[in-house]
Amino acid sequence: MNPIIKVENLSKQYRIGARQARYATLRESIVGTVRAPFKRLSRNGKSSDNTIWALKDVSFDVMPGETVGIVGSNGAGKSTLLKIMSRITDPTTGGIDLYGRVGSLLEVGTGFHPELTGRENIYLSGAILGMRKSEIDRKFDEIVAFAEVEEFIDTPMKHYSSGMYIRLAFAVAAHLESEILVIDEVLSVGDVRFQKRCLGKMSDVARNGRTVLFVSHNMGAVRALCSKGIYIKQGQLVCRSDIETIISTYLSEDKSSSSIIEWNDRDAPRSPEFCFRRAYILNDAGKCVESLDIRKEFSIVVEYEVSRPIKGLRIGFAMQTLEGISICGSNDPEGWPQFDRGPGTFTSRCTFPGYTLNTGTYLVNFTADEPPYHVPLIRTPFCLHFNVEDTIGHGPMKERLPGVLRPNLTWAVANIDTNKPSGRNLSNNVAQKSS
Amino acid sequence: MVQVHSERSGTLKAVAPDVSNEVLAPSHMANVLPEYPLIKIRPGRKWVALNLRDLWAYRELLYFLTWRDIKVRYKQTVLGAAWAIIQPLFMMLIFTLFFGRLAGLDSRVGGIPYPIFAYAGLLPWTFFSNAITNSSNSLVGSSNLITKVYFPRMIIPAAAVGAGVVDFAIAFAVLIGLMIYYGMPIMGSIVMLPPLVLLTTLLAMGIGMWLSALNVKYRDIRYALPFMIQFWMFATPIIYPSSLVPAKWQWALALNPLTGIIEGYRAALFGLEFNWAALSISAAITLAILVYSAYSFRRMEKSFADLV
Repeated sequence: MNPIIKVENLSKQYRIGARQARYATLRESIVGTVRAPFKRLSRNGKSSDNTIWALKDVSFDVMPGETVGIVGSNGAGKSTLLKIMSRITDPTTGGIDLYGRVGSLLEVGTGFHPELTGRENIYLSGAILGMRKSEIDRKFDEIVAFAEVEEFIDTPMKHYSSGMYIRLAFAVAAHLESEILVIDEVLSVGDVRFQKRCLGKMSDVARNGRTVLFVSHNMGAVRALCSKGIYIKQGQLVCRSDIETIISTYLSEDKSSSSIIEWNDRDAPRSPEFCFRRAYILNDAGKCVESLDIRKEFSIVVEYEVSRPIKGLRIGFAMQTLEGISICGSNDPEGWPQFDRGPGTFTSRCTFPGYTLNTGTYLVNFTADEPPYHVPLIRTPFCLHFNVEDTIGHGPMKERLPGVLRPNLTWAVANIDTNKPSGRNLSNNVAQKSS
Repeated sequence: MVQVHSERSGTLKAVAPDVSNEVLAPSHMANVLPEYPLIKIRPGRKWVALNLRDLWAYRELLYFLTWRDIKVRYKQTVLGAAWAIIQPLFMMLIFTLFFGRLAGLDSRVGGIPYPIFAYAGLLPWTFFSNAITNSSNSLVGSSNLITKVYFPRMIIPAAAVGAGVVDFAIAFAVLIGLMIYYGMPIMGSIVMLPPLVLLTTLLAMGIGMWLSALNVKYRDIRYALPFMIQFWMFATPIIYPSSLVPAKWQWALALNPLTGIIEGYRAALFGLEFNWAALSISAAITLAILVYSAYSFRRMEKSFADLV
């Protein structure tokens, strides 16, 4: 089978200066032209200083019918890739061959005009996205039904609520018929119920055999929608594989440098006999990371130095959300059989089972105390943070569950109608399902 | 740059599922893959093909954008489409007062009532000047489209010009009313009007397209344009007859592509003799401008998304 998308040695260079001053004036341009030769002389050919490569030598193929998630941190070049593929901007070198029409959805509501009615905007936005009038005619009712705006279809869109606006915008885009669909982070808008329907609609799109390229920071959505993945880091392709591998590579590799605290001699929280050294988060594979998979176990580790034996030393932590809601705390006397600790360097490691915390960012602080444990010896600020990412979502719609905890629970549903034929054991009607 | 090898609908259209729930196995998709890439994306070259086929494939979008501009233009105005009439009408009144009466041009316009003479010139001029003003600002005003979706960018300034045609038609109705009021016959030469309108539109498109592309990079255009337009108006025989210009400057007047066009409008409306030489010059210059700006637009086009 031949690929439907062929990306070969694709690079895109931006001039940083051009990015800052968004447009030039004629005068600047003239002055610049006059100055340029002198500048070139004085700079001695170090012309690459003020340019950056948003993409560098990216090559990959996509087979027809594949749904590919593009993963990477902000500024990695994901959006640049989609923009080149959508023909919005040109590559600097390299190229892409597309063996099908491309529909791109880089924004919700491209081309909508607030003064026009919903009906008029469906035609306008559809035409802008590349649909024919006949195609829109045919799908009009379906679009309106999907957006649930039947009553307001002849009302100017400036009177729409933001929810209605987004629903109509997405409904138009979701009915594109191109063989290749390129989607940037558009699911992050709208209410949860509608997000679910969008995800459902997009899986329909994927199942229709269409090729989909999808960028999102919502790992749950990426995982639900995509079978393959591409991981881009600083403009370069790190790997291309199945989506599971890509997500775990991304979560473990990305941002790993900032997920660890190392105190130096000057700023370490200390008392005369005790000093914190390092603190970090380990994932289930024992790697130091900032982002964790919701399903996997992880550990909070703190490293400290004891300069003379301390009786009954306890090391503990407290965890809270970004909003300051306290979640849990624990300390380690059970991890060390003796009463005395030190002198020496120690680590205390607390392991959480998988399926504990829900998606979010969590803050951790550390304390050291000694009997009678009224006042801590040392307490650090909430200095360590980590993220938990939902890679699975819940149920068929892959939604985010509410709350701070994300336990893996078991449900039992039983029919206990009293007018059922007698003689049947209650337990016969019990069906079990685990989430 | 981008080359589209077949029309957008292409041969693929027939295979795309009509019912969105229909399941197509991947093997079906493999069968419909064209032998050559439908779209090749490559770094931009300095000189590029005009790619008119791509433009043709997006003709419906041109229609929809023009239609949007027309629909939206007079929204939230009290007078609405009356503005299309007010502008040339008031200019006519002002010029009739100052040039017709005070400066005494009344007697030098070949027996035609000065208000009609002026209005017949102001009508295409208003269309032309509004068209180039609107289209030169059109790309900058559509930055949300340019950075989010692909289509031939030429459509944007072209739609801005196209939307002016409706205003022109409304204002034209007033001219007919004026002519009836002054008891002037409608001549058979009026059949020349449609080609003249087309020529005006093409000239406005050529200039508007070029200015709109420049405006993306140099926002000076927005400020320079009003002066340029004012100067151009007085350099064109709109409110005065070309016979007023001394013989030794007639050549300069003829180099202005609008001269032939405006004189042509009067000839068509009032049954005067056509100045075919001036009209040919106008047509030739219009064509040259159109071709030049189309190419230079294509050349600048690739940097729009990064600049706008």
